[in-house]
Amino acid sequence: MATRIQVFTKPGLPDYLGERARKRIARDLGIELDSVRIGEIYTIDREFPGADLERLRRELFPDPVTQESNLSEPAPVFLKSQGFDWIVEIGFLPGVTDNPGRTAREAIEDLLGMKFRGQETVYTSRQYLLGGRLDRALVEQVAAGLFNPLIERSAVRSREEFEREGGLSLPLPRVQLPPEAPVLSVDLNLPDEELARLGRQGILEGTRDGREIRRGPLALDLDYLHAIRDYFNREGRKPTDLELESIAQTWSEHCKHTIFAACLDRVDGLFKTYIRRATEEIRKKQGRKDFCVSIFTDNAGVIRLNRDWNLAYKVETHNTPSALDPYGGAITGIVGVNRDPLGTGKGSRLVVNTYGFCFGDPIGKWEPLFRDREKENPVLHPRTVFEGVRRGVEDGGNKSGIPTGFGFVRFDPRYRGKPLVFVGTLGLMPARIGGKPTEQKGARPGDLIVVAGGRVGKDGIHGATFSSEELHAGSPVTAVQIGDPITQKKLGDAQLEARDRELYSSVTDNGAGGISCSIGEMARECGGCRVELDQVPLKYPGLAPYEIWISESQERMTYAVPPEKADEFLRLLASRGVEAAAIGKFTDSGRCVVTYRGKTLMDVDLDFLHDGLPRRKLKSKWIAPRHPEPALKEPGDYGKALEAMLSRPNLASKEFVVRQFDHEVQGGSVIKPLVGVEEDVHSEAVVYRPLPDSREGVAITGSLFPGYGDIDPYWMAAAAIDQAVRNLVAVGADPERIALLDNFCWCSSDEPERLGQLKRTCQACYDFALHYQAPFISGKDSMYNDFKGFDARGGPIKISVPPTLLISAIGIVSDLRRSLTLTAKSAGDLVYVLGLTRKEMGGGQYYAARGEKEKGRAYVGASVPRVRPEETLKLYPRVADIIKEGLVASAAPVGEGGLGISLARKVMAGCLGMGIDLALVPKGPGAGRDDYLLFSESAGRFLVTVDPRKSEKFEKRMKGLPLARIGTVIMEPVLKIQGVEGKEIISIKIEKLKEAYKKTFKDW
Amino acid sequence: MSAKPKALILTGYGINCDWETEFAFNQAGAQAERVHINDLIAGQRKLSDYQILAVPGGFSYGDDLGSGKVLANKIRAGLRDEILGFVSGDRLVIGICNGFQVLVKSGLLPRPTPELNQTVTLTFNLSGKYEDRWVWLSARSDKCVFTTGIERIYLPIAHGEGRFFAQEKEIAGLKKNDQIAFQYVDSRGKPARGNFPENPNGSVLDIAGICDPTGRIFGMMPHPERFLNFTSHPNWEREKELLSRQGKKLPEEGDGFRIFQNAVQYFR
Repeated sequence: MATRIQVFTKPGLPDYLGERARKRIARDLGIELDSVRIGEIYTIDREFPGADLERLRRELFPDPVTQESNLSEPAPVFLKSQGFDWIVEIGFLPGVTDNPGRTAREAIEDLLGMKFRGQETVYTSRQYLLGGRLDRALVEQVAAGLFNPLIERSAVRSREEFEREGGLSLPLPRVQLPPEAPVLSVDLNLPDEELARLGRQGILEGTRDGREIRRGPLALDLDYLHAIRDYFNREGRKPTDLELESIAQTWSEHCKHTIFAACLDRVDGLFKTYIRRATEEIRKKQGRKDFCVSIFTDNAGVIRLNRDWNLAYKVETHNTPSALDPYGGAITGIVGVNRDPLGTGKGSRLVVNTYGFCFGDPIGKWEPLFRDREKENPVLHPRTVFEGVRRGVEDGGNKSGIPTGFGFVRFDPRYRGKPLVFVGTLGLMPARIGGKPTEQKGARPGDLIVVAGGRVGKDGIHGATFSSEELHAGSPVTAVQIGDPITQKKLGDAQLEARDRELYSSVTDNGAGGISCSIGEMARECGGCRVELDQVPLKYPGLAPYEIWISESQERMTYAVPPEKADEFLRLLASRGVEAAAIGKFTDSGRCVVTYRGKTLMDVDLDFLHDGLPRRKLKSKWIAPRHPEPALKEPGDYGKALEAMLSRPNLASKEFVVRQFDHEVQGGSVIKPLVGVEEDVHSEAVVYRPLPDSREGVAITGSLFPGYGDIDPYWMAAAAIDQAVRNLVAVGADPERIALLDNFCWCSSDEPERLGQLKRTCQACYDFALHYQAPFISGKDSMYNDFKGFDARGGPIKISVPPTLLISAIGIVSDLRRSLTLTAKSAGDLVYVLGLTRKEMGGGQYYAARGEKEKGRAYVGASVPRVRPEETLKLYPRVADIIKEGLVASAAPVGEGGLGISLARKVMAGCLGMGIDLALVPKGPGAGRDDYLLFSESAGRFLVTVDPRKSEKFEKRMKGLPLARIGTVIMEPVLKIQGVEGKEIISIKIEKLKEAYKKTFKDW
Repeated sequence: MSAKPKALILTGYGINCDWETEFAFNQAGAQAERVHINDLIAGQRKLSDYQILAVPGGFSYGDDLGSGKVLANKIRAGLRDEILGFVSGDRLVIGICNGFQVLVKSGLLPRPTPELNQTVTLTFNLSGKYEDRWVWLSARSDKCVFTTGIERIYLPIAHGEGRFFAQEKEIAGLKKNDQIAFQYVDSRGKPARGNFPENPNGSVLDIAGICDPTGRIFGMMPHPERFLNFTSHPNWEREKELLSRQGKKLPEEGDGFRIFQNAVQYFR
């Protein structure tokens, strides 16, 4: 019999979490409740003597100062004192990761000195006590906002029902599986039509009521299935289900990046031709100055920080899972990308997390969308997605002790069907351990295969193939997982101890495809592997062997451990509370062999497994879109226009996001994500000190311009690279030591037009990486970000994300005491613009704002900002020099929203006013109108302030470059701007600017 | 000069400020060492070999069951005699953020009793949200070893459960015994009086840190180990620019360093 322990805030005390929930319900649903109180329920699924249970109730679960607790049912008497009209209980569905449940189990073991066995465990759930006169329909609506039916279930009772039934409890979420599925051998000698169905829908398990039961998509094209069929025909046998699933994982778009590897038109692979070639050419040219260490071969890209230390950086996406369960998707994403630098070379310590979110409009009118025609499976409101994703990254970063240092949030209605969630992690690794370079690793024949960390369940089965397919009603919910930062923190800490004691010869992380991919990859280092699946620790019995092999259960790393070190390695992990098991050996047989209960279930040639997939041949088409340049009237009130721009969700303050991310942990934050006298203006880049006793810093930024892609993706990519480089230069990074990462989030990648856009984007990546001598060191693609579903009337609808390229960049700051923020420093300082302002507003924020106001949708226009390397390449090194020389008091890149936004941010940060004359701004032809000068997004510009005593030297050093002094910093807290015709067009107090900047997300 | 005092920096199970806390103590002149709690429980390391115990910040057990609670439970179950022996001698204990929560929930603060019972608490911020921001603190206790010579300092907080709360009787006892070590104040040093954001979490009496009646056991929510070098200050480069115009140099040390120096100084 399971025992329930309930914990609530004492009746006399306010419940602040409940109050926050009450406010959120009022804001999001417009339902005013009198009170919300929240209770935690711990359901202990194991027999204990009464005295032990009473001790747990008293000592372990409640905070004795603020909380009261109750043991088992009946609960009504206990809950009466809390006061409520309705009660809602939310609990997990079977098999969903229950982190507090796991902690409770460990705590009970510590307190009572015993061990839980088998499936004995603790489950957690949550009760909401709602006060207020509501009918059931409204309460059901409130309840629906409190849980996600993909991972949780709920029960609702009125007070009367609750008392009549003597309490409320949900069924126990025990996992109960039918007897494990038998191993099938799969016949591939089928007609093409049947074969294609196998690829799309998965292996046929049997039939029920005349309907076929299939295991879920393999996402294998017919070409691929033919290659597999031919291979097994040569071997003279049929593949097992495990072999087929394993090959499908290894060959998935997600793992092999088949589109970037494909032959596209006459391009011999986009990756090879544009991305990798750029890096190779840059490295060759840089010669001895080359700071790349390990590029494109490992889980993260590695560059040199100094003689003794390297940096490893990786940025991933976790879009599809975040669409389904924003919290689970995002936390799994961030904790997952942590494992990339952890599994790069011999492993690194994790020093900074980064993020980037792209959501639908969280504020405007919402038109419901559904995944199914029956409208039972709604798409989550962008606001819900935003809050869930934010919370996932909060918990993932904060609980891991990694500062979440840099990020951005971007909105576009086209992200409403599928959000983009970028997550990145920077790691720090010693250049050598025991005299050997740490970026090198290699499993050796005879090394044990050790898997450590979390246990294996059905989680994420078909995860890798799933994200290679478009999202539809049949998407398996096994793709939803919840990351467990504490299990991984223990694992990561223990790994670093083992690394420094040289206890393993290779390591890699388990991501998509689970151990099938990690072991398969490591086996290439020595030429083979032999795995005994029986040895893999499981969460619950009943998993089929193929499920154990491809499960994506989180928080696991795979190690190659020399046999003589295995004891010490396993003992170390056990003493750190980390579960580990040796599950086989690396070999040099040339084959990947998997056994289960003495039977061989896989025996495949390694070369075929990795290189047997046929190369895809793709065709692209590029048609330049035509959007008319809007003919805009000048705004009547420039002050109002500037305020409206500052309040746009894309440009407004998202301080509440940054404040809930711990960006200071590890003590290395130097230029912070929020800057200014009042610490309330977003910085375009941050600087961290990875080594506490060194003056070297690392500057981090990210940039994307999906709006420019609507006009020409070439300039979308160019602008993103230019902006990223400029952001880093402005905070003091050395322009010769900047590295780039690409993240392509595309849509409908089967369509030649989309591939045409992709090709242009890649061409710009090549061109501009070379211009700036900034190598790509790592990247990732996610090619099918399309939503196919139904609108409120049940009509089919497809929403594709705009092709999106995120450029993340890191740069070395040689002396971080020379780094700089955008904050204006002192009244009397002179304000300069560097670089030309042209009439380039196409795809930018100003056209979007005007269009939304006048037509209800963004104007796109044609005048996309272009990057002119002949100008920027002269300017940036000079800017970097004068920052180093201390000639600049503050610097800011001019970016989205243009000069007007940059001026406003500088004024808000410094809490000092400015007097500006737009007539002085250096400009291109046709740009001489006040709104163009204020809001054009021309690339290549900086806004700086200079101490008047240094201005002569500054101007001398900048000779020959397009720049102008456009005004002065003033004591009076007002931004005053004089237009080209000599009239004052703007005069706004700083507090008004801040109000506009902050009001959009004020109560979030 | 006597030998360097030895500082044990506790680690394991989601403690995550152990590296920077170790660095802080070493910089201040201690001989600091990160030790996994399981090595203490297994007896491989002995608490009695050290003069200073630091329980760093972090997210032990992910704050499940309440912040600091499960690590406190582990200490009470596995290290009760060792820890009681340690604090009965002339030694120092500091708990920062999650470490403060652990000290409170394991009953070491406000005063250790043989049963290690919890009598005060750190609970959810009034906002219901996690907060990362810099705050001003005023040192209030004459007996707290760690705050000697400190008046007002600026440090970052980063927590979701930092609201100090206790029954009135307990609070009166803390006041009477001079155990309130730090209170949140505004930038001019005036009491925050519970106002956000000066008091970032709604702590009763603006309490940010307390010590035991001997002044040797100390806990605080803000993070002194995150402000050792002046370049960690949110506006350091503004200060630098303004100072340089007066012909002055930027200070080297941050406000938090003094707390670690005080601990080391105690054994000199």
